[in-house]
Amino acid sequence: MVSRNTTAKAGRVAGKANDSKNVGSGNQNDKDLLLSFYEEMVFIRHFELKASEMYQKARIGGYCHLNLGEEATVVGMMRATQTQDYLFTTYREHGYAIGKGSDPNRVMAELFGKADGVSRGWGGSMHLFDSETHLMGGYGIVGGQIPPATGAALAISYKNDPSPDSPIVVCIMGDGTTNIGAFHESLNIAAVWKLPIVYVIVNNFLGMGTSVDMASGEPELYKRGASYRIDGIRINGEDPLEVYDTCLKTFKAAREEHRPFLIEAMSHRLKGHSVVDPAKYRSAEEVKVAEQHDPIPLLEKKLTELGHLKAHDIALIAAKAKERVKEAADFAEQSPNPDIGQLFSNVYSKKPANDFCRLPGEPLFDEHSFDTVTER
Amino acid sequence: MTIKTYRQTLHDTLAEEMRKDPDILLIGEEIGHFEGSYKITAGLLAEFGPKRVKDTPIAEEGFTGAAIGAAMLGLKPVVEIMTINFSLVAMDQIINHAAKIHAMFGGQANVPLVIRTPGGGGQQLGASHSQNIEVFYAHIPGLKVVCPSNPADAKGLLKAAIHDTDPVLFLENLGLYGTKGEVPDEDYVLEIGKANIAKSGTDITVISYSKATTVALEVANELAHEQISVEVIDLRSLRPLDRKTVVESVRKTSRAVVIEDDWLTYGIGAEIAATIQEGAFDYLDAPVRRVAAAEVPVPYSKPLELASLPDAVTLSKVIHQVLDATAFNR
Ligand SMILES: Cc1ncc(C[n+]2csc(CCOP(=O)(O)OP(=O)(O)O)c2C)c(N)n1
Ligand SMILES: [Mg+2]
Repeated sequence: MVSRNTTAKAGRVAGKANDSKNVGSGNQNDKDLLLSFYEEMVFIRHFELKASEMYQKARIGGYCHLNLGEEATVVGMMRATQTQDYLFTTYREHGYAIGKGSDPNRVMAELFGKADGVSRGWGGSMHLFDSETHLMGGYGIVGGQIPPATGAALAISYKNDPSPDSPIVVCIMGDGTTNIGAFHESLNIAAVWKLPIVYVIVNNFLGMGTSVDMASGEPELYKRGASYRIDGIRINGEDPLEVYDTCLKTFKAAREEHRPFLIEAMSHRLKGHSVVDPAKYRSAEEVKVAEQHDPIPLLEKKLTELGHLKAHDIALIAAKAKERVKEAADFAEQSPNPDIGQLFSNVYSKKPANDFCRLPGEPLFDEHSFDTVTER
Repeated sequence: MTIKTYRQTLHDTLAEEMRKDPDILLIGEEIGHFEGSYKITAGLLAEFGPKRVKDTPIAEEGFTGAAIGAAMLGLKPVVEIMTINFSLVAMDQIINHAAKIHAMFGGQANVPLVIRTPGGGGQQLGASHSQNIEVFYAHIPGLKVVCPSNPADAKGLLKAAIHDTDPVLFLENLGLYGTKGEVPDEDYVLEIGKANIAKSGTDITVISYSKATTVALEVANELAHEQISVEVIDLRSLRPLDRKTVVESVRKTSRAVVIEDDWLTYGIGAEIAATIQEGAFDYLDAPVRRVAAAEVPVPYSKPLELASLPDAVTLSKVIHQVLDATAFNR
């Protein structure tokens, strides 16, 4: 169980939270909206660049997968969610966590494995969780998030009637993930149980080094909903406005009709699968195409043409983002390590009798009794 | 003999066997085009082509099951599951199918399948990516489970696994890929089900497998400076388990410690301790001790992760405790 929290999203870096009435769609002329998308995309870009830098400096360990190239999808989609909506996502989730309202300081602290991290240092980059923002987890096992996300939608439909105020579940996955059994089993369950869930495939054309065409019998992934009579739509994930509009409409329908939907957002991956992947399997040509689809310069160009943005603003927004990201890294650096004394306190929510709390090599029994270590 | 890494040895052994037997094919995620998540299969797609080096969708249950069926018709698939954590997705096919087909159908079919997969924590990969869980497979009749601790054994056991007519889980370890050792140049095949005395000694037996063997050997070499003679047994095979070698050693040394990277409760160490009490009870001078991971999902934070995993310092401490408890005189 996660504590319910329906207050406005805290900690948005740029832009404003949606209240439940805000279901209108964005518009090319909405200067403030477009600029706020831009600012948040730039912020996430710099957050990811800082994460990459901190990984190289060994402040971040394990695997670290970035949203570089995916910022328009992240921002457009997260902006269309409401605070009470639940988000289940993958290991490539820093931007989504921030977009859903997590404090960037605490996201960075999690990457550093520190006590102030959103998962208290237990999860790392791949496993962000924030009960306050209803981020129900980044999951490292491919497809692992899909069945629980589907079950969360069951809980919603169990407790809420369809209505404009009903929460929904947004379940994000990569293109490669649509090939695992859990995807197909879950979509079918969501269809027969009529669950308020929107499955979003972020199609970045690659799962590690495997292209969608190599791995998927039906490479137009949004069509995969058809087997379960789930409406699917493919959108241009480079355009935050298109993502925002489609998500708003789809989320609204899921709230009001309590049935599942499938969105496929096309957006390129600018770098390797994770920070350590040099992506040698990609041709220079392919990399160039990805760079041409970088959503940030594209939006910059559009905003400049519309007269919403001057060179001076661009520099200012970047400087502001860098400053804020530096603050997050400083916060993470200063945050303490989790207390080793707490090693055993997370295993169960209700501590059972005889829970075995023994460090490696400790004897089973105390010298003079049959007590083993069960408390720490 | 040639000095090679564990990684290179696996690569070379796969290539050598594939050159000899056209029925061997490799199946797994990212093994071809991407050259292997841990680069074991680098270059094999170029040499053997896509018919024999098959990249798969992310579908562990599907492609492991497909390999079982292909094996039933006489192919010799060597499946790579990126890490043992992801084998959990394929467990139904491995345990309900691969392990059962020979017996359940009265011996009419067999499954000459190898599943290679690495386990291991200590890389800050978080709880779902840092497991060992070899005991899940070691528990299952019908499977064979081997876990080489060094490059030479990697060669000998991989060849044995490929030549075997039953499903073999070939367990690698992320922490061993970069380790080096002497590897026989000849066609070197080990027998599955036999343990190895990695270092002989007289005062105490340390039983280990996979990466924990490197820790056991490190400690044994250190303790030699303190005139403590440690015998290190490397199990090499978890199923079948070479109980005789373990019991014979403990009958000689009268003291035993098991080190394993996995969790303690119901673990490999539990099986070894039970074996020793039945086979060497009268010879024991002290209770068998186990060094294993703390029973928590492995934390991401570096200091927490380190605190939860067994290491050389801990093993050394436990060996001293056992010796002290038995009035050991050097
Ligand atoms: C069950 C399972 N199999 C394999 C992996 C290893 N793995 C991690 S990410 C990944 C590729 C996923 O590709 P995609 O779904 O397209 O997401 P992307 O990384 O492109 O965002 C793979 C194979 C895993 N984590 N879990
Ligand atoms: Mg992808």
